[in-house]
Amino acid sequence: MEQFLQLLPQCLLDGLTLGVVYAIVALGYTMVYGVLELINFAHSEIFMVGAFAGTEVLLYLQTYGYLTGIPAPVALVLALIVAMFLSGGMGVLMERIAYRPLRNAPRLVPLISAIGVSFFLQDAVRLVEGLWKNAFYLTAPSIFPTSIQISANLRLPVKSMVVMFSAVVMMLGLHMFVTRTKWGKAIRAVAQDRDTSALMSINVDRVISLTFFIGAALGGAAGTLFACQYSLISPYVGFILGIKAFTAAVLGGIGSIPGAMAGGILLGVLESLGAASLGIATNGAMGAEYKDVFAFVILIAVLILKPSGLFGEETGEKV
Amino acid sequence: MLRGKSKVLVTVLLLVFVASVLGGCSSKPKTATDNAANVIKIASVTPLSGSQAALGENIKLGAQMAFDERKAEIEKLGFSLQFAPQDDQADPKVGVAVAQKLVADKDVLAVDGHFNSGVAIPSSEIYAKDNLVMVSPANTAIGITDRKLPSVNRICARDDVQGPLGADFAAQDLKAKKIFVVHDKTTYGQAIADEVKARAPKVGMEVVGYEGITAGESDFSAVLNKVAVVKPDVLYFGGIYPEGSLIIKQMKDKGITAKFIGPDGMDDPEEVKIAGQAVIGTFYTSPAADISRTPKGKAWVDSFKAKFGKEPSNWSAYGYDAMNVIIEGLKKAIETNGGKKPTRQQVSEAVRAVKGLEGITSTISFDEKGDNKGAKLYVAEFKEAKYPPTVVKEVNAGEFVK
Repeated sequence: MEQFLQLLPQCLLDGLTLGVVYAIVALGYTMVYGVLELINFAHSEIFMVGAFAGTEVLLYLQTYGYLTGIPAPVALVLALIVAMFLSGGMGVLMERIAYRPLRNAPRLVPLISAIGVSFFLQDAVRLVEGLWKNAFYLTAPSIFPTSIQISANLRLPVKSMVVMFSAVVMMLGLHMFVTRTKWGKAIRAVAQDRDTSALMSINVDRVISLTFFIGAALGGAAGTLFACQYSLISPYVGFILGIKAFTAAVLGGIGSIPGAMAGGILLGVLESLGAASLGIATNGAMGAEYKDVFAFVILIAVLILKPSGLFGEETGEKV
Repeated sequence: MLRGKSKVLVTVLLLVFVASVLGGCSSKPKTATDNAANVIKIASVTPLSGSQAALGENIKLGAQMAFDERKAEIEKLGFSLQFAPQDDQADPKVGVAVAQKLVADKDVLAVDGHFNSGVAIPSSEIYAKDNLVMVSPANTAIGITDRKLPSVNRICARDDVQGPLGADFAAQDLKAKKIFVVHDKTTYGQAIADEVKARAPKVGMEVVGYEGITAGESDFSAVLNKVAVVKPDVLYFGGIYPEGSLIIKQMKDKGITAKFIGPDGMDDPEEVKIAGQAVIGTFYTSPAADISRTPKGKAWVDSFKAKFGKEPSNWSAYGYDAMNVIIEGLKKAIETNGGKKPTRQQVSEAVRAVKGLEGITSTISFDEKGDNKGAKLYVAEFKEAKYPPTVVKEVNAGEFVK
């Protein structure tokens, strides 16, 4: 128990850092589900594309010596902007090519199409990076290398703070956009009832494109932040993270934006605490390798007690 | 589509064509059989296409180098010696097909290969049926020789000696009292980690933690937080470099000062790229080491470069040694058979009986399983952020074999 208390602060901190990354990626899943009721399984690849775009920008700045010249936050913002536009554009393109022609098809069809897009993007990035760099594992330059030792058992890396700060800014921005602007209102209207909003002279196609753009841009930004925090990326990096983020979206109640934020953070912290406490609680019989089991058991418990997720609305009518 | 007449015409033409091809074939072996009694082929089987082609090509070139150097010795005895490189595509199915082809060709008397343990195991079952001798340059899986097939031998060290070596190195050379063991839950990583865990108490170390991580993830802070609290002297990681290098990096971020030791899965230039400066002061154990660090090895590397115009890989020297063992055995077998072409059985026995052959990588003699008694294991340390690292310890693998 004493050992667990020693671990606790650092675990919470690491869990939060991982959790906000889950949360931003989960937003992409939940927004698309909100308007289309489609689980966009290719979203994890959008995240990966963003990670590559951001890393390439940072590597470019490093190769030409700008990285030492300009302040690190400026470099990060630059990388974030490029990554967000690239993956946002990718999201819109994906919707146009792979989902719009199938909008009235049975629900399983766009799901298959999503898996196809996912494979395509993984191997496309692998091909491009392979031809260009002759390696598809990229290592992002560490732009915030320092960390602050707060107490004997708590060490706060500057990059974790940057990740959390950027994530909070993005989530607040999204919240403002969805609740305070005309376009945000249109997104909420389409999510509620697509046909009726079309009758109210809302351009549904454009709103859906916009939703994909925002969701994908957030995913791309999360990719860049992820690359800064954990440094190693590969074309397959989105897979496990995508599954976790999807879980977070379900945990919070899929379709709900605050739900995705809360679900992501909760999942990150649960995983981290699970990893730390399982070994101590079971006296070494179950170690950190069971952390995912722990997190998923919580998910199952939530779904049994409240099938719509923590923040989900009871939507019995939607079929 | 074709009308009646032209159909007949085409059929006739086809028949003529087929007949001529068959005729051509049947006339060929006649001339070949005249001296077939004196043809001996030695095959090398490695991946020559696909993602591991570069590795396989380097082993093949090593084998070819030994072959070219010693070809004359066999030809003096009145045989025509041929080198037959094959491609197994690093795929067990292809490997088995190649093995069947080689077994069917009665002139093939020995095989230098394969590269992947997963390919070598099923392929060697095929060779064993006809006692075709296989000398493996690079397979480290214990199953290669633990099946005790009389025709299977290997040059490099076994997987199960790396764990004990890692533990011994931590206890004796690094004077560690507490060790924390992490693995990646794969067959390879966990097996080595278990070996370390079992060995640690025997050499006076306390195992203060044993945890698994998931390969493919990037955040290992949960496990490392524990490491930070229990403050071990050494962290042993059983796994491969993508995760291992990130662990090294994240240890540094968290200010963990424990020494890092890993198995040969960490032996990759990428490790330096991923871990950056944090790599300095980390160790790994490996059955292969930089050949050019000894004067003899350096001379060999130079002659390899002069012959093929490129740098050999660490495994090239193992391909070279395997071929040398084969030719040595073949020569003995021809002698014992009174100068006549030996059978596969005889070659197989002669190769197993090779004793004290001075190779580039080690002095080669086989034990009753076919493991090389002289196989070496190395501990390498990154003294600067540059690959390859410096070899700090060299041990005889035989000391650790159970």
